[in-house]
Order: sequence, then C-alpha cells, then structure tokens
Amino acid sequence: MSEEIKITTPLDESTVLRLKAGDMVKITGYIYTGRDAAHKRLYDLIKEEKDLPIPIAGQVIYYVGPAPAKPGYATGPAGPTTSYRMDPYTPALLEKGLKGMIGKGLRSNEVITSMKKNKAVYFAAIGGAAALIARSIKKSEVIAYPDLGAEAIYLYYVEDFPAIVCIDAYGNNLYESEPPKYRIES
Amino acid sequence: MRKIDAREITNKVKSLFLEANFHIGKDVLEALEQAIEQEKSKVGQDALKMIIENNRLASSEELAICQDTGLAVLFVEVGQEVCIINGDFTEAINEGVKVAYQEGYLRKSVVDDPVFDRKNTKTNTPAFIYTDIIPGEKIKITVMPKGFGSENMSALAMLTAAHGAKGIIDFIVDTVRKAGPNPCPPTIIGVGIGGTADKAMVIAKKAIARPIGKHNANPKYAQMEQEALARINQLGIGPAGLGGNITALAVHIDYLPTHIAGMPVAVNVCCHAARHAYGEI
Repeated sequence: MSEEIKITTPLDESTVLRLKAGDMVKITGYIYTGRDAAHKRLYDLIKEEKDLPIPIAGQVIYYVGPAPAKPGYATGPAGPTTSYRMDPYTPALLEKGLKGMIGKGLRSNEVITSMKKNKAVYFAAIGGAAALIARSIKKSEVIAYPDLGAEAIYLYYVEDFPAIVCIDAYGNNLYESEPPKYRIES
Repeated sequence: MRKIDAREITNKVKSLFLEANFHIGKDVLEALEQAIEQEKSKVGQDALKMIIENNRLASSEELAICQDTGLAVLFVEVGQEVCIINGDFTEAINEGVKVAYQEGYLRKSVVDDPVFDRKNTKTNTPAFIYTDIIPGEKIKITVMPKGFGSENMSALAMLTAAHGAKGIIDFIVDTVRKAGPNPCPPTIIGVGIGGTADKAMVIAKKAIARPIGKHNANPKYAQMEQEALARINQLGIGPAGLGGNITALAVHIDYLPTHIAGMPVAVNVCCHAARHAYGEI
C-alpha cells in the first residue's frame, strides 16, 4: 500500500493514470451522487441521445442514498451502497467520459473492460461508516431528480473524502489481488 | 387479561427503532475491537478502526450508523392474556416505525411495488412483522432495521439428510464466498436449518439478533457454528472485502424439526452494522 494521495475533482486523465489499486486517497472537490433509479434515468437518456441533467466528462459519481440531514449538518449519514446494481448502466456513462466512481463491492467484467478502455477508476469507501464519511461532505444540494428523494442526484462538495483505489484504469483489482494473500485452503 | 393500549406499542416500537439505528450493541462493538487484535491485514485493521469510530460517532451524536436504515423487521411475541385496546396491532407498529424514521432522520427505503412503479412509500412502512403467541401477559418486541446490501447476499438451499453437517457448512461458506465484499464484512451470519423453506429463513434472520458470543445451546450445533466461522475466516475476504482474516464476527445457527424428506438451510447475511433492539411491554 502506498502513502495517502490527495486528489481533486474533476479528474483529468493524467491523474487517473497515476492512481494504482491500493492507493489510499483523499478526494476534494465537487462530486455527484447517483444510485439505482438515477442511473436508470441517465442510461435511458443516453440511449435516447438526449442531454443529461449533469455534466459527466471528468466527473466522479458516488453511489449513495444518504439519510436525511439533521439540523446543523450538511448531510445525513452517507456511506457507499453496493456497486454491482449500477453495472448494467455504467459502461454507457464511462463512454460519456465519467472518470471516477465511489462505491463498495464487486464490478462486472463489462464495467472493468470499459474502465480500461475509457481510462476511469473505481474507488471503494468503507461500507457502513456512514456517519464518519458524512463529515467530509461539506455541502450538499439536490441537482436533479428531486422526486427520487434519497435516490435523487445530489451535488456534494467534499474535503478529504477517504477512499481507496480498488480497481485502477489498468484493470488491477484489489478484490482479486488481496483476498488470496489471506486465504487458507482447507 | 391485561389491557395494553395500542399507543404504548407505537411508542415502544418508535424508541426501539431509534435505539437500534443510533447505538450499536455492546456485543458487536466488543467483537469488532477483538477483531482488530486478530486481523493480520493493515488495511483490514484500518477499516475496522473506521467502523468502530463510526459507531461511536453515531451513538454520541444520535446519527444513523449506516445510511441504509433498512426495512423495518420485527419479531413480536404476544402474550395470550394480552388484550390490545384503542387501536390495531399492525397499525400501531407501522405508526411507531413511521414516527421513528421521520423524527430520527432515518432514510425511508421502502418501495410500494417491487417490479413496476417502485414508488417510495416515504414512511419506511410497511414493517415486516413476525408474530408468535406465547403464554403470559407481556408483549416482547425485537426490532431489526435490516439493510439490503447484506440481505441481497442471502441464500436458501433445500438440502437432504445425506448432505449432513458438512454439506450445510459447505453451503454457508460458499454463500459467504460468493458474497465477497458486497455485504459489508465483517458480517454476522444467521443460519436456519429445518422447518420449511420459509420458516428456515425466518429463524435464520432471528438468529442474527442473538448476542455475539452466545452459541446454540445444543453442543452439536454450537460446534457447527464454530467450524463454519473458522472456515469463513479462511476465505481471505477480510474487513470491507479488502483482504484479511476477519470476514465474519459470528455464525448463529438455529434449527427446527423438519420433514422426513428434507433439510432446508437458509443463510441470512447481516453486515457489521448488526442493528437490533429488544423491549417489553
């Protein structure tokens, strides 16, 4: 594992290519949220060749459906949701220039192939550390699909958002490389 | 006959869901702390530290431990000498859930129709209530906000007697292996053996609420719990799935009589945020 790397959004290609699976990162800048329902809508718009409600090129999407914010908090608890549910919609977004995704859990081969082709990175955040992660989210506003409630697309401003590079733009995958080191065959 | 006001049920359900969503159990916290000692992976240790810090922060500031505050699952034992007045049992529970999720700033995660509209009910209801009639004049309530990252990794196998204890453990371990990093390890694995297909899953879910460190009273099943846990922790998945030797904190097995022709085995997976609370009226 390498030293902690500070990165800012939007991500340019040189930053993406510098990141390696296992790098601990702290992300600062604007990121967008999106989970199941929002992904389906974005995907449908791309298929219909219509404009998207948010810019995609160079951006990072965080797979999260936050809890409501208590008074005095920028957001409610906001940890990552499981990413594979977004897999069917993800290659289309990568083709549009999406550079980063933050979530937890496995990705499909189709997504990883598209990440390599389009030079994008998948970050893992620690699932279930929702209250703690929310501390790095300084501003939050609904920017598209308010009717979806927790599933709406929010624009977050994050400072030092903690994540780990899980699958890099070369296809190196921590979920594949790390468990065998601790596996005991019985 | 003891009369219990439906509003008392509402209030109890509300306070239990708030408690469960804000405050992780002492048993889970202790198991996580022990896991740091045992975990060999540095990244795994860091993930566990972050999880513990999150649990402490959520408790002290009364925030949801996880943004997925779950479907509202309840196991309710109703004394047969109880008479509920001034309202309807199910409505009273749903009202308690609705108020807890509103006042506690908890996420509403229920969609009304699973296939087509998938419209959010905006109240986190309906609750999913399992009721047992028991002797006495009390109502005993266990609430379990059940997150779906882990629920989605659950599995059922209709095994036969020939599979034996080894076949059951193989199925449990295989279910956890396939789940990989998805259910937010380290997990608590609830297992229900016997009964019918549906009943096996219900007792698997209820087994998750058993305090960590308490084994099945039957030593043969307690032995299976220990063997399954040891094998799960040899998979290498580790905390957050980033590699390590702590993939589960506990395996809880419960069992029931079953049919001569069958041996249902249900595995209900729970994330490290194993939230549940118990109260009596």
